[in-house]
Amino acid sequence: MTAPLLEVDDLRTRFLTPRGPMVAVDGVSLTLAAGETLGIVGESGSGKSVLGRTIMGLITNGPTTTVTGAVRVDGADIHQLTPQGRRALWGTKIAMVFQDPMTSLNPTKRVGTHLSESLRFHRGLSRGAARTRAVELLKLVGIPEPERRAGQYPHELSGGMRQRVVIAMALACDPKLLIADEPTTALDVTVQKQILDLLQSLAERLQMATILISHDLGTVSGRTDRVAVMYAGRVVESGETRDVFAQPRHPYSGALIESIPRLDAASHSLLPAIVGQPPNMLNPPSGCRFAPRCAFAQDRCRTETPALVDDVACHFPLTQALEVHA
Amino acid sequence: MSETALLPAAPEAPAVPAARGRSARVLVLSIAGLVASVAMILLSASPDYFVTTLRLVVAAAGVALMVVSGSALGRQLFGPAFDLSFWFSVAWLLLLGLAVTFAPWLPFGEHLDVANSLDQPINASPDPFSANPLGTNLFGLDLLARSVYGARSSLVIAVTAVVIGTVIGGAIGMVAGYFQKSVDRVVGIFTNSLLAVPPLILLIALATVLEPRIRNIAFALSLLTIPGMVRLARATTMLYAPREFVVAARALGATRVRILFRELLPNVLLPIVSLAIVMISILIVAEASLSFLGLGIEPPEPTWGNMIAEGEGTVFEDHPHIVLVPGTFLFLTVFAFNLVGEKARRRWDPRSVKL
Amino acid sequence: MTTPALEATDLVVEFPVGRGQKVHAVSGVSLSVAPGETLGILGESGCGKSTIGRALIQMPAPDSGTVRLGDRELTGLRAKELRGARARMQIIMQDPISSLNPRRKVKDLVWESHAIWGYDGDDKEAKIDEVLRAVGLDPETVRERRPHELSGGQAQRVCIARALMMDPVVLICDEPVSSLDVSVQAQILNLLEATKARYDLSLVFIAHDVAVVKNISDRVMVMYLGKSCEVLPSEDLHLRAVHPYTRLLLSSLPEAQQSSSANGDVVVERVAAELPSPLNPPSGCRFRTRCPLATDRCAAEEPLLRDIGAGHQVACHNVAL
Repeated sequence: MTAPLLEVDDLRTRFLTPRGPMVAVDGVSLTLAAGETLGIVGESGSGKSVLGRTIMGLITNGPTTTVTGAVRVDGADIHQLTPQGRRALWGTKIAMVFQDPMTSLNPTKRVGTHLSESLRFHRGLSRGAARTRAVELLKLVGIPEPERRAGQYPHELSGGMRQRVVIAMALACDPKLLIADEPTTALDVTVQKQILDLLQSLAERLQMATILISHDLGTVSGRTDRVAVMYAGRVVESGETRDVFAQPRHPYSGALIESIPRLDAASHSLLPAIVGQPPNMLNPPSGCRFAPRCAFAQDRCRTETPALVDDVACHFPLTQALEVHA
Repeated sequence: MSETALLPAAPEAPAVPAARGRSARVLVLSIAGLVASVAMILLSASPDYFVTTLRLVVAAAGVALMVVSGSALGRQLFGPAFDLSFWFSVAWLLLLGLAVTFAPWLPFGEHLDVANSLDQPINASPDPFSANPLGTNLFGLDLLARSVYGARSSLVIAVTAVVIGTVIGGAIGMVAGYFQKSVDRVVGIFTNSLLAVPPLILLIALATVLEPRIRNIAFALSLLTIPGMVRLARATTMLYAPREFVVAARALGATRVRILFRELLPNVLLPIVSLAIVMISILIVAEASLSFLGLGIEPPEPTWGNMIAEGEGTVFEDHPHIVLVPGTFLFLTVFAFNLVGEKARRRWDPRSVKL
Repeated sequence: MTTPALEATDLVVEFPVGRGQKVHAVSGVSLSVAPGETLGILGESGCGKSTIGRALIQMPAPDSGTVRLGDRELTGLRAKELRGARARMQIIMQDPISSLNPRRKVKDLVWESHAIWGYDGDDKEAKIDEVLRAVGLDPETVRERRPHELSGGQAQRVCIARALMMDPVVLICDEPVSSLDVSVQAQILNLLEATKARYDLSLVFIAHDVAVVKNISDRVMVMYLGKSCEVLPSEDLHLRAVHPYTRLLLSSLPEAQQSSSANGDVVVERVAAELPSPLNPPSGCRFRTRCPLATDRCAAEEPLLRDIGAGHQVACHNVAL
């Protein structure tokens, strides 16, 4: 077997905030093979976005930030590279799509210019060739009338179209890994589906590995090969997406899946809610971080941190399949 | 090997304890530095010890040493976020406030009545170790006393003007921002016309009509602050008025007056107050300019402006301290108000508004 | 027949945007909520669902149409009368933190309604504690806190507590869970159900999530671009819905929330070059530019809501019945 495309090894991201140190990502290890799709699911504060940005190398060591562990893309540790080395990697090996398409686009530049600039910078294409390629890319991401759209400004496009442009920008230099951080959260339900379908088909067509980060379990289910569930900075469960959704083994994943209302359930059915609030990351609970909210927690959970063994970080993993999927 | 790899795996031991270990030494050094810097500044201020060029050098070195040791001491006592210039400003304003309040009971020289200063030297240079630490003017009046009494009128005028401007301008701005539509349009015309009149011309015009008394000058200066206050209050109110908590209050049945006072005012107040602090410094300068032009409080009653005006002609060349002493007071006070106001504004103002 | 708790007829809300143009936010929508009923309003952003919520509490009042709360007409009341009349109808909004005045403490926020109406009894503390407990908060811990010291879920509970102090008959919930964490959403939805039963409320529940709306509602109204396109009972909504737009919404739902029966049903959306603008909505049926069933008739003639039995109404020319 060849070396994996992405290897994340015991990654820790620690911020020094005015109110004390905060470990946003606490010892996460992942691997991703070429062409594979991985979903990262978690609530706000679970560290999923920080993880994505740390993998990308957007968050790196600085005055108030410490990153330990390793992120190897094709063998090169992204946090050991010089800023120039990282920049050369961005776009060509690894690219990112963010939640809000409007902030990813410069309002004073035309859509085509966004694309052709990066082509000319990374690929050294001529002005004409870059323009032709830009139109091709817009066509690739399903934008109708790409020639006309290339001459328009971002504010003239709808939210869904803008996100397509951002995806086209990310794809401009054929990255091997695309990190999509909540790519559809700012969009309407019907448009969300289009964008997710697009990402899925592009990943298959271009043989591109994808990391899909989302708070929404639905976004990730059925669109990823594997999934990692994060809670309070740690991965609590990972595995084949289908298995995790059908038979979650960590009580948190189980409770999260059960707490989403389902269409085929009767109206006014009581939702199995998770009690309590997500933890304060400046002062996380000791032991298993989910223990204070867990229905199955015992004394051991509150003192001893469970390690991620056999893809689940729990002293007492669930063994029953979820009723809804049975 | 890079720095990353050298970092401990569990970075729970920050660098603070190490710094604590050195603290006693740094503490002693910084206190010694502070004392030495004060001595250097005092010595250089006195004409007896050094020649003029050396005095400047020693004074500059003293100030530099004071900054270095002061911030070192502050960091030791209050942590790494210690902001020396801010606390210096606060200290200066407190000191000035105390001096102004208790001026009549302090052992100052004569500040007003020339009859009492007949026995004093005239145009004496500053000497910290004499009866007139900051020197005297042409009539032998004590400059320290005059600067403190000058601060009295300057501060009273500036603060009164800002309070008037804040109350009136803030109220108008909130009403305009909340009701909008025609109210806002009328207020817009009013503030724009106030802004369209050049402030100096407005002041000169008012000064020729009004008697130069503290109350009248404060009133005239308050006109300068109103447009800025109206704009800030209006903009902040418009920012908060559509917020959900205002909608919720209306749904509960709150009256407009209640929404303005209970829901909006507490949120508008902080940015307004921080602008008001900055405005005080602007008005101190404006008042000094008026006095300098002879349109403000008339001598011998001291203000910083008319004290600086005493340096007209060749006086400044022969006796620079006549101008430098009130000038330094003015500079430090304006600097301090600006700094404190800016700090407050950065913390509280949701959007900065140009004056 | 009993009087509806809340009834609105032919609501029209338009916002001028300058140069003589208007956003047609809501164009002739009628609804009624029976006592103890929950009406869900479902739609995507820009469909006018939040504008309807605001029009019901007269903030701003609709440009035309009427709103009746019980047997009291709200439209056309003077500001002073409206203040009291609409107080029996309360609103819960999307962003709970900014729904609370940042400079107040929880106990004052909850007591606000009584302070406004000049109620002043010795039982102030007891009443505050009682309502805080009713929404599942521990009075000891939260009473003295300010909004920024609360989590989103706690803040939303305080908003509900504040609304309950008014002893409302109708509660309008405008996307009450969409800014909350997934694990907290279910708590708030359950709380709303329990509160409704305990305080005998009628609910208008506005949201964009089909499954959430279906779960909490008795009836659901689906909106598209300022019009109501389908009204149907929530039970088996995913099987019964016939309007092409409702079907599109259902098929957009992620697999995890769908039922097996909905999976087979594939709705092909016509790839639209542009989503229609509410400044200049399409003639006839407003969904026709994206509708797979659209014909010439849809452009010429606006489909009206028609009854197709069992409390189910649909506004479409082409659905086979």
